[in-house]
Amino acid sequence: MDKLKENQIIEDLLPQKFGKLGKIWVASLMGVCALGAYAYGRQLYYGLEVTSMRDYVSWGIYISNFVFFVAISLVGSLITAVLRLTNVKWSTPLTRIAEIIAVSAITFASLIIIVDMGRPERFYNLFIHGRLQSPIIWDVIVITTYFFISLLLLYFPLLPDLKIMIGYKERNRRWLHQFYVFLGAHWKDKPAQFKITHKAINILAISIIPVAFSIHTVTSWLFATTYRPGWDSTNFGAYFISGAFLVGAGGVVVAMYVFRKHYKLQKYITYDHFDRMGKVLVMLALLYLYFNINEFLVPAFKMKKSEEEHLLGLFTGEFAPLFWFAIFTAMFIPIMILLFPKGRRPFPAFIAGLLVVVGSWFKRYLIVTPTLLHPFLPMHDVPASYHHYFPSWEEWSIALASLAGALLVITFFARIFPIIPIHETILETESHENEKHF
Amino acid sequence: MKTTQNTRRDFLATTLMASAALAACNSKNPFTAEEIPDVQPSGKMVKLLSVDGEIIEVDSAFLKPVPELPSVMNTEAREGITGKKFVMVIDLSKCKSVKKCQTACNHMHHIHPGQNWIKVYPMQEAEHTAPYWQPTTCMHCDEPPCVKVCPVDATFKRKDGIVLIDSDRCIGCRFCMAACPYSTRVFNWEQPVLEKEIADKPYSCETSVPQKKGTVGKCDFCPDMVRQGNLPHCVSACPNGVFMFGDLLEDTVTNGAETFRFSELIKDKAGYRLMEDLGTKPSVYYLPPVNRNFPFVNEEKKA
Repeated sequence: MDKLKENQIIEDLLPQKFGKLGKIWVASLMGVCALGAYAYGRQLYYGLEVTSMRDYVSWGIYISNFVFFVAISLVGSLITAVLRLTNVKWSTPLTRIAEIIAVSAITFASLIIIVDMGRPERFYNLFIHGRLQSPIIWDVIVITTYFFISLLLLYFPLLPDLKIMIGYKERNRRWLHQFYVFLGAHWKDKPAQFKITHKAINILAISIIPVAFSIHTVTSWLFATTYRPGWDSTNFGAYFISGAFLVGAGGVVVAMYVFRKHYKLQKYITYDHFDRMGKVLVMLALLYLYFNINEFLVPAFKMKKSEEEHLLGLFTGEFAPLFWFAIFTAMFIPIMILLFPKGRRPFPAFIAGLLVVVGSWFKRYLIVTPTLLHPFLPMHDVPASYHHYFPSWEEWSIALASLAGALLVITFFARIFPIIPIHETILETESHENEKHF
Repeated sequence: MKTTQNTRRDFLATTLMASAALAACNSKNPFTAEEIPDVQPSGKMVKLLSVDGEIIEVDSAFLKPVPELPSVMNTEAREGITGKKFVMVIDLSKCKSVKKCQTACNHMHHIHPGQNWIKVYPMQEAEHTAPYWQPTTCMHCDEPPCVKVCPVDATFKRKDGIVLIDSDRCIGCRFCMAACPYSTRVFNWEQPVLEKEIADKPYSCETSVPQKKGTVGKCDFCPDMVRQGNLPHCVSACPNGVFMFGDLLEDTVTNGAETFRFSELIKDKAGYRLMEDLGTKPSVYYLPPVNRNFPFVNEEKKA
């Protein structure tokens, strides 16, 4: 491949400074984060009393947000590992997007779980008094493992790109240049280095699959290991995993569209990518729908007394509007859009992805809260406010701030590093051209 | 006869004074001479059981409350009392929801207003079945789901069957609350409002006092009372003798007024446990609400 073309790719893909819109975006995310920090300050001072959680609904949107984050982080393993190992080539430009979503989501999953703790300052007790029989400890172990594997899967493919960016010293501020040097100065583009990185990435890609399955299965077990109607289900692991891949893939489609539009990456994230990701989304939505039918139809067929109140609350009762909203926005409508080739164009696919993500967030809320409002013994001998749950402004601000924080991490990452792997794109283009020559 | 009585009385008086002096040692200056109160015998005698099992007579004027026994060490509180297996029997035929149990429990454990460790449920299994009152405490399960899920061993099962909480260790994750099928656990959502004297006490797993912000609380079967040979507060507070407490190994339970052979009571009255199908193996047994002492009147519903 000629040098000119290579330079063009590098020029296109090098990180760009924030434009006006970018600055507004960052400022508003920071504003949300600041509000969340203030709300958390209040929570630390007054205790969890500032939330709307009480003795019956003892887990609220912090926990459903945690489940959401863990779910969306699974996409890292889907795109970088599953598609890589099955030799799917088209997903190369999407790997870094998926991996940064994974890293940032899993980071905020850990943070939001600390926010939910009554005594966050005793977090270290998990390490000095930890008991292996508690599913929380399993979660701590697998989430930590997943975080580090994801971080490495983000870092190793970044090394050749770091070398390229170090080469453009004059374009960057001193501190940024030094940061690149710190991260990547040991990379010399030697064949031995490529060989060992390639091997390392393969090992990581294989090992992240069971770990990814573990993080979300264990998260589902936080609920399924209890006796409560709505949680006491053997379907929960698979139900959570399928939902996680769906929301993660939805998130990637949304990110693809945004990056493509604002960084002018039309040449690299093409119609073809949206078409293929759209098909992946349809498949995942159908899979999730299948597990939803399992999860609700079977107990609804029997209508055991303990389940009845919970199920009717979802189907026709208090939670029905939200329940059907989540089912339609996370599954039915995206399927309807993406089944048609026209629906798999960038903009409609983006809308479908957005619907999946929003619907999935509310779906997590419906998994956590309604169950807690239907205990085995009727709610009794508590203040009237304990019988209902609607998140307080502090909870909303903190939950939104965690989402904003995750988006900020992704935004800053894309500001500092190429969001589409430069080196791999060059390689892909080369191999494409070679194919043409033969 | 009289001489022996006198010596005994003298002996007791000296002991009491000595203990008073000991108590004085705890005050700020241990070297201040304790003011010995000039106690005059009132002539009114009371019979007491001495520690070595003798019945003795003491002039009531010399009686002085024993200072509160120091609570046991945390390690001992985690172990439990050797050779005991505590059980409770709740006789539903006697309950009319007076809620003295609840009041006493809330008072003695300084529970946050509005929250209750003991709840008295109006129950009715089906449309045409009889309503009845069902007080619930912690079930102190032998297979406690809460203990299973606790990530830091803050809630634990002792060898005498009691399930307790170490509020100095609890991280406030509330997994135990989600796991408990009996909804017995409460959370300290805010800083508990306590008198300074209570709030400054070091936390004891056996008294569950003082409750701490951001941690879980629940019925503890009052092991501090049991250690002193007393009944849990709910048992002694109930005017209708609904609660019976005792030791499974001794096979006896008592409500303070009457004592029963546990096995016979359960056999005769067909005792059962709540949610047996879950396999939690509770230590609390219920006697069915048959031949009830009171009609079921639900004042709460009227209000």
